[in-house]
Amino acid sequence: MSYAAGLLLATFLLSFAGLLLFLWSMSRGFFGSSEAAGRVIFEAKEIGLVEDPAAPDVRNTGEFQAVMNRTGSTGEFSLLSPEEAERRLELDESSRLPVLLCIASAAIWLVIASVFGLVASIKLHVPDWLVSEAWLTFGRIRPAHLNAVGYGWCSFAGLGVCLWLLPRLLRTPLEGARTAAVGAVLWFVGVTGGVGAILTGHSAGLEWLEFPWQFDVPLFLGGTLMGVSLLRTLAKRQVDHLYVSVWYIAAGLVWLPILLVVANIPGLHFGVQQAAMNWWYGHNVLGLWFTPLGLAAIYYFIPKTLGKPIHSYNLSLIGFWTLAFFYSQVGGHHLIGGPVPGWLITLSIVQSVMMIIPVVAVGINQHRTAWGHLGALRYSPTLRFVVLGGMMYTLASVQGSLESLRSVNTVTHFTHFTVAHAHLGLYGFFSMVMFGAIYFVLPRVLNWEWPYARLIRWHFWLVIGGFTVYFIGLSIGGWLQGLAMLDANRPFMDSVNITKPYLLVRSFGGAAMTLGHLVFAVHVAMMLLRRGREREGAALLRRPTPTPRGATAVAGARA
Amino acid sequence: MSGARQVDVLRLGLGALFIIAFAITALVVMPYATLKDVPPPSGLKAYTEQQLRGRQIYIANGCIYCHSQQPRDPSIAPDQARGWGRPSVPADYVIDKPHLLGTMRTGPDLFNIAVRQPSEAWHLGHLYQPRAYLEGSIMPAYPFLFEERTGPAQPGETVVSLPPAYAKPGVRIVPTPEAIDLVAYLLALDRSYPVLPAEARR
Repeated sequence: MSYAAGLLLATFLLSFAGLLLFLWSMSRGFFGSSEAAGRVIFEAKEIGLVEDPAAPDVRNTGEFQAVMNRTGSTGEFSLLSPEEAERRLELDESSRLPVLLCIASAAIWLVIASVFGLVASIKLHVPDWLVSEAWLTFGRIRPAHLNAVGYGWCSFAGLGVCLWLLPRLLRTPLEGARTAAVGAVLWFVGVTGGVGAILTGHSAGLEWLEFPWQFDVPLFLGGTLMGVSLLRTLAKRQVDHLYVSVWYIAAGLVWLPILLVVANIPGLHFGVQQAAMNWWYGHNVLGLWFTPLGLAAIYYFIPKTLGKPIHSYNLSLIGFWTLAFFYSQVGGHHLIGGPVPGWLITLSIVQSVMMIIPVVAVGINQHRTAWGHLGALRYSPTLRFVVLGGMMYTLASVQGSLESLRSVNTVTHFTHFTVAHAHLGLYGFFSMVMFGAIYFVLPRVLNWEWPYARLIRWHFWLVIGGFTVYFIGLSIGGWLQGLAMLDANRPFMDSVNITKPYLLVRSFGGAAMTLGHLVFAVHVAMMLLRRGREREGAALLRRPTPTPRGATAVAGARA
Repeated sequence: MSGARQVDVLRLGLGALFIIAFAITALVVMPYATLKDVPPPSGLKAYTEQQLRGRQIYIANGCIYCHSQQPRDPSIAPDQARGWGRPSVPADYVIDKPHLLGTMRTGPDLFNIAVRQPSEAWHLGHLYQPRAYLEGSIMPAYPFLFEERTGPAQPGETVVSLPPAYAKPGVRIVPTPEAIDLVAYLLALDRSYPVLPAEARR
């Protein structure tokens, strides 16, 4: 006990000293540039100008702008000059091919993954449903769901959005767009092969690493090709300051290939060591891949939509470095109570708790930026999804830190509570942000508006409603399950029986989410096929815009 | 262009690499160094060919998504009181490639299932239809690991004996080789041998 407590204290003190040292170097400017970098995403007189290409019509955008004019005191702003607008259009077009490939693939995998998820969910309360075929068994559909979500939907959405962001952030057309497109195709091959391998019974057997290594190779190559495109664009960049989103995207694209290589070294990993590696990977794919991409998007879309720079640029860099450092070591908390060296668990718990620092940094920044403008959520679909996603990032992270504490973990470990938590992170945070980002990006890339504003509303309410039911239901069920398992006087079956109603509730929530995803995917398909009417009045995007008039002047900016 | 412009990229690149290297050291290299020379306990038997084939069936059908293989210390959870076995130690896993520790207990821990349930017939029937043996179970049935046969019995044929309520008249349920192998693996899950306190200590 005293040994464990000493270890805990030592790790904590060491981390804390490191943090102080880090803050000191931040204050000396060792880690990144100044507040000026926060303005990189705006043109000279753009601050104060709202932008949401997903807004349903001109009137709506006018009202959005009016809300911001009332609540924000950003001073003078004007529409983009024709040169600035032309330049931005060029930047958006430079990444069109890989971005479209990624977003279309994301939508496809989202639907596939949702169906797998729903089937797996129903199977937990109807265990004799779809049992005659091996590929439909729960133990294959469930990992197929996870991998289709992670490597299919989330990765494609994140890559697509980030590839589109880079030219804007670096004010440089994307270099090697075709290379990146080849990367996206390779990635698609990897995911298809990997999910196929799981369904046909060729899983490698490790959670998050189910793909046989043969299908991790195309993922590695695809990720690397996109990373090359990023590096080449970085080398040619036209900006002096790297915006914080670039930090996240670049670091994510450096980290992912390293994760894949280390995890797949053949013949090296065994037994408990492999379990440690497994969760080093499993949590880092969340912390060093999805989270950076999601935060990169939040840091761009909230300020950009509101026309207001991020609250504190320095805070965003503190958030970046502390996230990278602490998050990369938390994986061991998946093995609390397991046959794993005690120091490893202790290290992970301490760093999980330290995660509160980057989370608070990101949280303060997001909420201080959006706070006071929540009325704007009514007018901007992008903002609705992204702000909500940002809030759920804070929630998921705080919950994660709490779950790593031994007292809480004893109850929640091995239960559906963890499953609900995972969905708060990857769905509530990441997927919501990606929905919002895609609603912003696709009109710009295709130069075409979303055909039906109503479908965006349907999508929003279906997934929010469905997810609320899902999360609350499963969290309660999981907690009760954990309590039942801890009570030696109750038979194990109690922990099964008690969850059944909640598993049913989860299926209803999941069904609503799946329906929402179908609406979204259909809408994306309509966009790609350029369905919908030409909306003269609403022309946020049509070019050229000869003489903008009155309120439409603002909306007419095709920035 | 200017040197100062490259500083950000350099910071970012080096910082990102340093951080990932640190995490790899702590969570991959250090466990490797600590655990690579752990000797197998004398009571731990290597898997047979058949058990290894069965282990692949266990992996292929994702048993891990509902069953853990890591009984915990009584100070943490009543795993031992449930008959799941003594707390496991790293040495128990040295022959496990890939590891199957698991993260979910929708069903019970299986690290010592052979001790609690040593009957091959029970396992076969339970895999065919879990609810025939345990009311309220939500484990999937695995009919695809079995064949339905009619007509005269063949020599050497294993027949699943189901409780009468679940048996179909005139139809014999015969396990496929995969089912037999899987059960052989389950029956190898016995880590009830003693471990020295030195081994048990982390």
